[in-house]
Amino acid sequence: MKIKDFETSYKPTWCPGCGNFGIWIALKNALVELGLKPEQVLMVHGIGCSSNGANFTRAYSWHSLHGRPVPTAVGAKLANKDLTVIALSGDGDAYGEGMSHFIHAIRGNANITYITHDNKMYSLTTGQASPTSNKGFKTKSTPDGLIEKAANPMSLALAAGGTFVARSFSGNAVHLKDTIKAAITHKGFSLVDAFQPCVTFNKLNTFKWYFDRLYNINEQEGYNAQDVEQAYKASLVWGNKIPYGIFYQKARDTYGSNLPQLKGTALIKRKVQVRNIDQLTKEFA
Amino acid sequence: MKTKNNLSWKIAGEAGFGIKSAGMMFGKIFMRTGYEIFDYTEYPSLVRGGHNVFQLMVDVRPVNSVTKNVDVLVALNQNTITENLSDLCKDGVLVYDSDVIKVSAPKLKQNHVHGIGIPLSTIAKDAGGELMRNVVAIGATLALVGQSLTVANKVIRETFKHKGVKVVNNNIKALKAGFEYVKQNYKEDFICELPNLDKKDNILISANESLALGALAGGLNFYVAYPMTPSSSILHYLAKVAQKTGTVVKHAEDEIAVVNMALGAAHAGARAMVGTSGGGLALMSEALGLVSLTETPLVMVNVQRAGPATGIPTWTEQGDLQFMLHAAPGDFPRMVIAPGDAQEAFDLGAEALNLAETYQLPVIILSDKLIAEGNTTVKRFKTNKVKINRGKLLTQAQLNKMKKYLRYKVTEDGVSPRSLPGMKKGLFIANSDEHNEYGFSWESSENRIKQVDKRNRKLETFAKVMPDPLVYGNPKAKKTVVFWGSNKGAILDSYVQLPENIKKKIRVMQLQYLWPFPKKFVSRILQGSKDVLLVENNSNSQLGNLIAQETGIQIKKKLLKYDGRPFYREEIISALKKF
Repeated sequence: MKIKDFETSYKPTWCPGCGNFGIWIALKNALVELGLKPEQVLMVHGIGCSSNGANFTRAYSWHSLHGRPVPTAVGAKLANKDLTVIALSGDGDAYGEGMSHFIHAIRGNANITYITHDNKMYSLTTGQASPTSNKGFKTKSTPDGLIEKAANPMSLALAAGGTFVARSFSGNAVHLKDTIKAAITHKGFSLVDAFQPCVTFNKLNTFKWYFDRLYNINEQEGYNAQDVEQAYKASLVWGNKIPYGIFYQKARDTYGSNLPQLKGTALIKRKVQVRNIDQLTKEFA
Repeated sequence: MKTKNNLSWKIAGEAGFGIKSAGMMFGKIFMRTGYEIFDYTEYPSLVRGGHNVFQLMVDVRPVNSVTKNVDVLVALNQNTITENLSDLCKDGVLVYDSDVIKVSAPKLKQNHVHGIGIPLSTIAKDAGGELMRNVVAIGATLALVGQSLTVANKVIRETFKHKGVKVVNNNIKALKAGFEYVKQNYKEDFICELPNLDKKDNILISANESLALGALAGGLNFYVAYPMTPSSSILHYLAKVAQKTGTVVKHAEDEIAVVNMALGAAHAGARAMVGTSGGGLALMSEALGLVSLTETPLVMVNVQRAGPATGIPTWTEQGDLQFMLHAAPGDFPRMVIAPGDAQEAFDLGAEALNLAETYQLPVIILSDKLIAEGNTTVKRFKTNKVKINRGKLLTQAQLNKMKKYLRYKVTEDGVSPRSLPGMKKGLFIANSDEHNEYGFSWESSENRIKQVDKRNRKLETFAKVMPDPLVYGNPKAKKTVVFWGSNKGAILDSYVQLPENIKKKIRVMQLQYLWPFPKKFVSRILQGSKDVLLVENNSNSQLGNLIAQETGIQIKKKLLKYDGRPFYREEIISALKKF
């Protein structure tokens, strides 16, 4: 497979310089390097700038409702475990409308990958504060500055029992591609929160802002990504320096692997036939 | 000793007294003896305390409704005398726990009922525990209606087997003690006898469990739900048999997750269903339009309870019909069907999955608390009439032969061939935006009209083969009773009790398929009627409004009930006699 195989005839509708391009390129490269074919991949998109990628990315795609890609992805994976299921959304989608799904899906550890295109604001709706916007951030919906503290996807994912918790940056295509590959390969719910500057509406969290702050946590001496305490401490670091990389990765049973009825052939590949219920009616006799 | 062909029995007391379990055992005993059963529970939404009532209808002929008046009332606490003594019919028998209940002879006389005081608590304690007073009461009632203990002993053994030998033996002792107490102390003429019947191949089951079994028979392999009374027993039952049946049953975090998870599974190719009550469907309605726009097959069960908001959550009502017809923003096709009893719930549970896959849209099954939680005897379900129809689902071989595959291809019947993720040459976008034939977001006027019309055509296609409404009674009669859903039991059970001269003047029409609306059939029946009576469990005649909207015919005579109670047979009989 080539990069082109994962592109449709539709051209991206993102603004020139948009951070989403970096994620898109990294994702396509990751899929090619993993040797996946478009028909083996189900991409479940949310609603927002990033999710308009449903039209540009060639695969089986589901363009869901705002906030809802995660449960849809979990359902599809349980029904057909042979599919590579990737949920994609923005930060509003993931941590606003979809926050509860995010937490519960992590608890269940279904074997899907979730790539959040985190630009720290709502952009398709022309610029309002999002759950990951910094406190004090002035936007159309918060002209006097955002009162709430920013949600912390890394800490939240760890607290919910995340088994693959990573942060990357669309300005570092190689790191992002490698992180996505590791996420897809990981057995369980894998989160890649990808920082991506909105060049049109977010004048604070720019490419430069990230380049000035980000450092690779996995290159830190002594950092052990299997140690949840270290991961949690690292997840709280935010300021002049911001860590990125795989904060935490550990094996745990997936939701599907805990269902004996899903052993063997994928559920939807079994023949659907009239089920014999003679044994079942006995308890009512 | 007089012989009776039916018995209406009620047991009441506090939640936690084992009211329902006693009723279930009692029902099973009579079913095993060849009787037909219908049961009905009234309980508040709490676990301990409150007033719980279980009513059991025992009959030699099929029964699917309750009467207001009962033959035997078993009172386990004083409150039952206050709340339910007036439920006894003339010459009815009150069996009460004389250890804890005081009831004066004049009061019994004033109510024209007989009282049998039994120290239920003491007898139960002697047998091994006070909690067994419900079993003592079963023994006492069996003696009152001239039954033996043979079947009862067996049912008790089965019921308590999982609790160990000691519990089984104590309960057998309690049963016998109650039975003997009546035999020794009461020889009055109010004691009756129910005739001996031949055993039947019946089961005692609720419409919730029937629906679940029907869906299982019909190839269900993915069920998602969030607990909500009175739909929860579908979830409980399917979860219990999930491993045995190879079904994924998921209790998701909320109803929004429920419907989206089921959609993901259905999109991948599962035969998927969700279940809830009205409030849960309110949350799911966000995704209802998405089901229809992406043309994903999904069965959605709404077991109605009495709303709005929390309402009276453990009571029955038919208040969601208009909601189901209109839920979710936008203009899109859906189907709405309503079973009238457990057998119909089984049949429609299987068929709904076929409809969803054949027409690739949401199929809503509208049930309600009365039948969903009430158990009834039905002939043991057979699957010989169940068929699997997956509609235009493509195989890989079919896809390979296609020059160009388009998931949302505009077709004459409105249904487009469907590939599944994972198939080669079948790529598409299931898009919540309006889309072209591939699935790309596309907002042109021409495309919009083509796709909207295509989706709407699916209902026109179905309308041509849709089953007609059911007509009972004299098909040529000029007086027509119209209903939907669980009122079937009360109406048909009442109908057979009417004098022949009234019966022959009445026909009864049941609307099982409510949307698309069977316009021609209903118009013909109503136009051919001199008088029409509408019976509904809601305050604003939601079916009546639908009929008016679709046929222009306003039904003036209405029998509406919205106090959370089902129609009692007495009410229907009285209305039909005046009709």
